Amino acid sequence: MSLEIIGITVLWTFLFGYVIVASIDFGAGFFNAYSQFTGKEHILNKIIQRYLSPVWEVTNVFLVFFFVGIIGFFPKTAFYYGTTLLVPVSIAIILLAIRGSYYAFETYGTKGHRGYSFMYGLAGLFLPAALSVVLTISEGGFVFLVDGKPVLDYWGLFTSPLTWSIVVLSVAAVLYISAVFLTWYARKAKDWQATKAMRKYALIWAGPLMISAGGIVYELSFHNEAHFNRMMELWWIFGLSFLLFLGTVWLIWNRIKYGLAVILLIGQFALAFYGYGFSHYPYLLYPHLTLYDSFTNEAMAIALITAFIAGLALLLPSLYLLLRLFLFNQNYVQGRTK
Amino acid sequence: MVNDNALMYSRFLTELTLSFHIIYATIGVGVPLMIMIAQWVGIKKNDDHYILLARRWTRGFVITVAVGVVTGTAIGLQLSLLWPNFMELAGNVIALPLFMETFAFFFEAIFLGIYMYTWDRILNPRKHLMLLIPVAIGASFSAVFITIVNAFMNAPQGFDLVNGELINVDPIAAMLNPAMPTKVAHVVVTAFMTSAFVLASIAAYRLVKGSNHIYHKKALFLTMKLGFVFAVATAIIGDFSGKYLAKYQPEKLAAAEWHFETEEKAPLLLYGYLDDGEVKNAIKIPYALSILAHGNPNAEVIGLDQISEENTPPLYIHYLFDIMVTIGMWLLFLSFIYWVGTVRGWSLVKTKAFHWLIVFGGPLAIIAIEAGWWMTEVGRQPWVLRGIMRTADAATSSDHVDTMLLLFSGLYTILAIGTIVILTRMFRNNPVEQELQDRKRGGWR
Repeated sequence: MSLEIIGITVLWTFLFGYVIVASIDFGAGFFNAYSQFTGKEHILNKIIQRYLSPVWEVTNVFLVFFFVGIIGFFPKTAFYYGTTLLVPVSIAIILLAIRGSYYAFETYGTKGHRGYSFMYGLAGLFLPAALSVVLTISEGGFVFLVDGKPVLDYWGLFTSPLTWSIVVLSVAAVLYISAVFLTWYARKAKDWQATKAMRKYALIWAGPLMISAGGIVYELSFHNEAHFNRMMELWWIFGLSFLLFLGTVWLIWNRIKYGLAVILLIGQFALAFYGYGFSHYPYLLYPHLTLYDSFTNEAMAIALITAFIAGLALLLPSLYLLLRLFLFNQNYVQGRTK
Repeated sequence: MVNDNALMYSRFLTELTLSFHIIYATIGVGVPLMIMIAQWVGIKKNDDHYILLARRWTRGFVITVAVGVVTGTAIGLQLSLLWPNFMELAGNVIALPLFMETFAFFFEAIFLGIYMYTWDRILNPRKHLMLLIPVAIGASFSAVFITIVNAFMNAPQGFDLVNGELINVDPIAAMLNPAMPTKVAHVVVTAFMTSAFVLASIAAYRLVKGSNHIYHKKALFLTMKLGFVFAVATAIIGDFSGKYLAKYQPEKLAAAEWHFETEEKAPLLLYGYLDDGEVKNAIKIPYALSILAHGNPNAEVIGLDQISEENTPPLYIHYLFDIMVTIGMWLLFLSFIYWVGTVRGWSLVKTKAFHWLIVFGGPLAIIAIEAGWWMTEVGRQPWVLRGIMRTADAATSSDHVDTMLLLFSGLYTILAIGTIVILTRMFRNNPVEQELQDRKRGGWR
């Protein structure tokens, strides 16, 4: 395997990690605000707080890791994406800042301010939209070179059905992932009311998820034909992903094995995510930038991969400890220990 | 060629973000060490006051960490958004420490979460203290790695530039650049120093406001002692930094010192102002600049006459240098008097007036941090990578930087107000006296 492929696989894996943990986080914020709005906050509040408090900071690191890594392995992305993404990414930063700080302000400072939790919930829905714009842009057709400088066609971007399909998909995915996870977590906590509520949300969001995913494949067939054709070559990956999706929904529908449902859910998204990534190969920004012409020098690539392995040796046991203490600890999850 | 407005606003926005971030970042680097020391002293002396101190500091610390994390994310992304050409070039050489910084940050984030939520779960206080070690190490090392990146911008090396192409890249050599040792040491030690004085000013404030509790006195003595130790270390490292500048970045030292003519036995100028190129009202300390620069009163110090005009940094950095050094010296003096006075039982250090001086120490230390960073950053102008890339060639070509500047100004205003309101409310509503009483009733832990 070439260094380029190792580099992008590492980064893609971290982005996948971010997609999963951030989805749980964003969705939880939304469900929390929604339950307050409908006067049922007592049902979800405790579960969500107990899960989020020890991990919110870690969630953010996955994102930092990805964007620092991509500049490190593929410095030219700074030129293309940095210049064009000023506005959408700045908006995402501001939303992230509002979320992160207000979460801390509310949890550790004053409790129960309604305005905060609405902002928190809403920001969580806008964030996937702001971040998923990057995926749309990477499909090509929105960035043009003017005098050798990349310029983003905002009008084209905002009027493209592809953009909106991806936005809808990201929001639906966030709510679906979060709901499935929290169904399992609430069940573990023996919080039957919360389990019931989250189970309902999971089933509600399963439909929009599949419809928007299908929509994107259709859009791609004429927006970026090369990518579409590569996706068709990898049809079996997406088919497998769809089967796992059916499995999750079936388990949730029948109220059995929520833990297995979460595993299938992660499998489903992993397959779809890597399948999408592979089919995008070799472009980072179609058609301007490929993996190969943006790759860093060999010395840096080797240094980064070495640092990465050393870092993982440190991180994985720590992450395991964190999960064991707060996710897989029956007493903590059920609120018997603080 | 370059969009002038985009350049100007990119500089404003970067300066704004960094100036805001370093307040939280400095506290984020220094306070974990203070928490660790307090908890360790508490275990050692079997004194619950220190344990409670660690606990209360941690609670406030989380709020600052949250804002530090989000503003850190902001500057991390802004580097690529506002300076794409710079990142494209420098990323080839300096990605390694950037990457390592996120590892350190990751490590800290994990263990901070564990530490905070296991106060009542890990009952052995020594074991619980162990959790703080990775937090403090992670915090310090993220400062180390990110400062290495900044040091590289001041003294780029570890590559060859041939016809605009980077070849023979050596990531380790880039990290071990000549600016690295003094910069890293200075940043880490001043973060410890600032955090100690910030915590001291909180304790002093409670005493000024009429509390006479032994808890605050213990907190004050501990933090002032630590502040003194780190202030001494800062002064020593500051001297090394002067010697580094004289050798590798003479234009920065000369501009900061208004040293116009290259000469031997150079005097150090403190204060004063520039009037039509003439220095007025400055205090001249003979030989001091030669000593600062080379450790020898007779040594020759390069002046601005040897630097071409387009490579001369703005001369106002002299004021920033003055502010930084004056505050550093003042805090060194103040903490020394407090330490000796407390040990010897002087009544001076127990007066309200003296406590007020300590209250102002924390904010002053933060002002010194800001002034120091502005001096070092502006002193590198007009280069973004000294000798390699000019700032003007690094900026984005996007048209929307001014709008973003407005948006981020609004964000930082909200975050600043939020932090202040939450922190005051948090501690005002639950004073130490109250918490100690609650604990007595409920038993310790």
